[in-house]
Amino acid sequence: MTDTGNRIIDANPELKDLGQYAYGWHDGNDAGEFAARGLSEDVVRNISKLKDEPDWMLQRRLKALKLFEKKPMPSWGADLTGIHFDDIKYFVRSTEGQATSWDDLPEDIRNTYDKLGIPEAEKQRLVAGVAAQYESEVVYHQINEELEKQGVIFMDTDTGLREYPEIFEEYFGSIIPAGDNKFSALNTAVWSGGSFVYVPKGVHVEIPLQAYFRINTENMGQFERTLIIADEGSSVHYVEGCTAPIYKTDSLHSAVVEIVAKKDAKVRYTTIQNWSNNVYNLVTKRAIAEEGASMEWVDGNIGSKVTMKYPAIWLTGEHARGETLSVAFAGEGQHQDTGAKMVHAAPNTHSSIVAKSVARGGGRSGYRGLVHVHPGAKGSSNNVLCDALLVDNISRSDTYPYIDIREDDVTLGHEATVSKVSEDQLFYLMSRGMEETEAMAMIVRGFVEPIARELPMEYALELNRLIEIQMEGGVG
Amino acid sequence: MSTLKITDLHVSVNTETGPKPILNGINLEINSNETHAIMGPNGSGKSTLAYSLAGHPKYQVTSGSVTLDGVDVLAMSVDERAKAGLFLAMQYPVEVPGVTVTNFLRSAKTAIDGEAPKLRHWTKDLKSAMENLRVDPEFASRNVNEGFSGGEKKRHEILQMEMLKPKFSVLDETDSGLDVDALRIVSEGINRVRESTDVGVLLITHYTRILSYIKPDHVHVIIKGKVAEEGGPELADRLENEGYDRFLQASV
Repeated sequence: MTDTGNRIIDANPELKDLGQYAYGWHDGNDAGEFAARGLSEDVVRNISKLKDEPDWMLQRRLKALKLFEKKPMPSWGADLTGIHFDDIKYFVRSTEGQATSWDDLPEDIRNTYDKLGIPEAEKQRLVAGVAAQYESEVVYHQINEELEKQGVIFMDTDTGLREYPEIFEEYFGSIIPAGDNKFSALNTAVWSGGSFVYVPKGVHVEIPLQAYFRINTENMGQFERTLIIADEGSSVHYVEGCTAPIYKTDSLHSAVVEIVAKKDAKVRYTTIQNWSNNVYNLVTKRAIAEEGASMEWVDGNIGSKVTMKYPAIWLTGEHARGETLSVAFAGEGQHQDTGAKMVHAAPNTHSSIVAKSVARGGGRSGYRGLVHVHPGAKGSSNNVLCDALLVDNISRSDTYPYIDIREDDVTLGHEATVSKVSEDQLFYLMSRGMEETEAMAMIVRGFVEPIARELPMEYALELNRLIEIQMEGGVG
Repeated sequence: MSTLKITDLHVSVNTETGPKPILNGINLEINSNETHAIMGPNGSGKSTLAYSLAGHPKYQVTSGSVTLDGVDVLAMSVDERAKAGLFLAMQYPVEVPGVTVTNFLRSAKTAIDGEAPKLRHWTKDLKSAMENLRVDPEFASRNVNEGFSGGEKKRHEILQMEMLKPKFSVLDETDSGLDVDALRIVSEGINRVRESTDVGVLLITHYTRILSYIKPDHVHVIIKGKVAEEGGPELADRLENEGYDRFLQASV
């Protein structure tokens, strides 16, 4: 544990239990057993047992496991043949392979942080985040203290299940059933970690809830499960830590995020994933927006080897609004197959999708979107804008817009562009003294600016730095 | 004092049908504090000369040399030329979506000086340069050249020249597409830089109009990629009356 961590704990003795909990968790007895590779009923039962879960959750997990085994791999999207389910550790105890000091981090990750310019203190904190999961929880707990009085709940999902079983019984898996797809089934079977947020009626959470503790879920949270419920007339912005690296090789990250925006609630969910380039990132995200509610996904995909992610919004109540803003960056060896789904299931619902992607160094980016308007969803509208930028001649961009309209009285707009960084743009910036990489990075940053502007300041800066790192040495 | 020396410069442009020779042996020498007008009819190679000096990849130098105080310019990359003190005000500057004028100017200044400008002076200098060029303060937060009128693009180019303080500035038909008022404002901007720095100017123009605002020390007429005639400011007056016909006939 770091000095910072100690200081915060010392200053907040009531938080000590959180720390204890985390340590207890790490120091479980069955280390070797849980580090086993491959998936079986035993693995699932062990996860549930270690978490001391109610039986209904175990039964959910076991049922999901059956579904996972039965479901085929997706035959579309990115190449997933590199995933070997038998080689994956489905539940890895945090003490195994965990970095407890900066020097223990793999070199490439250390370099990344060096390049990011994260100061020494911050480095300590990030590493300490791994060693001391509670350090992040301390921060959240401090925020919670202000919001707690208003009844806002923000904690990790395991704790949430323990403390609010009735909410979980009602909502867990209600937005994304286990059988939705092979990876949602997998997640339901082996999920661990993630965030649980509940905002009571009429409460506005002014400061974004930040899940920086995800940093240390690198070992045990690759199948994290997030559940966010915004009750009537409330509002919340949830932000997921954007530099969370993954420490393991040949990893699979398969999260499920379920969000309920009740009547007139407003939810924004922001992520910038920067997984290392050996991670298959296959995430199912879906929100329900009830009458008059507003749901926004802001989604940045910079890292990973393969990402398949299509944040969805079901507009189930009249006058519900949905918006997805996404940016994807596919560098060498990367395939970002991302997009959005908008389902208009009620009259006068409105949605918009803005997707921007950049491909360089032979990378491949794709927009895959579905707009579905149910019969009776009169007066609804959707607008799709997807722009792709190719940085060189060896990269690739694809657009797969699916539209399924079962109602006459709707307004739809679709605009897609693919552009290449032009010789003249590069020349212009270079003739003003900028080196080629700098010029290229400036063009790319400008291209994603409409998304970056929607991010909290520190994440926008982070995104810009990540783009610069991505552009380094890869131009020409 | 600095000297930009162009010796027997031959340049081809890359086209779909292969390289096409445009400049056929240009010789020019410009010193600090001098203003040279390069004149000539359409297609004579004026813009090719401008782009070649700045290093646009579409233009291939097939022989000859360009030196800045004896240092080989042609061996430099585009950004190295800018850092060495060369500036090109473009005739058709491109849009850079999502990049604001402020951000662009500051990045350029930082790149050329090798360090970020001191914020306080920079903001003040930029503000006064913008006021002189009669551009609205909100101009700074617009995206580079995006939705700019022809006049705004040219003012933006001159604003850059004023902020970047080059040793030599090549102005590629900066007067084209400007109405009378805009031409005067842009010309005054150029003159301010001439007066306040030692910049050597290569003023490329088709018309003599701008020369009534900016008095050249030397005039060079380029015809078919070669300097056909050279003289003082009086040569420009002669062109005003006679046009380029006699050169074109002579070269047939």
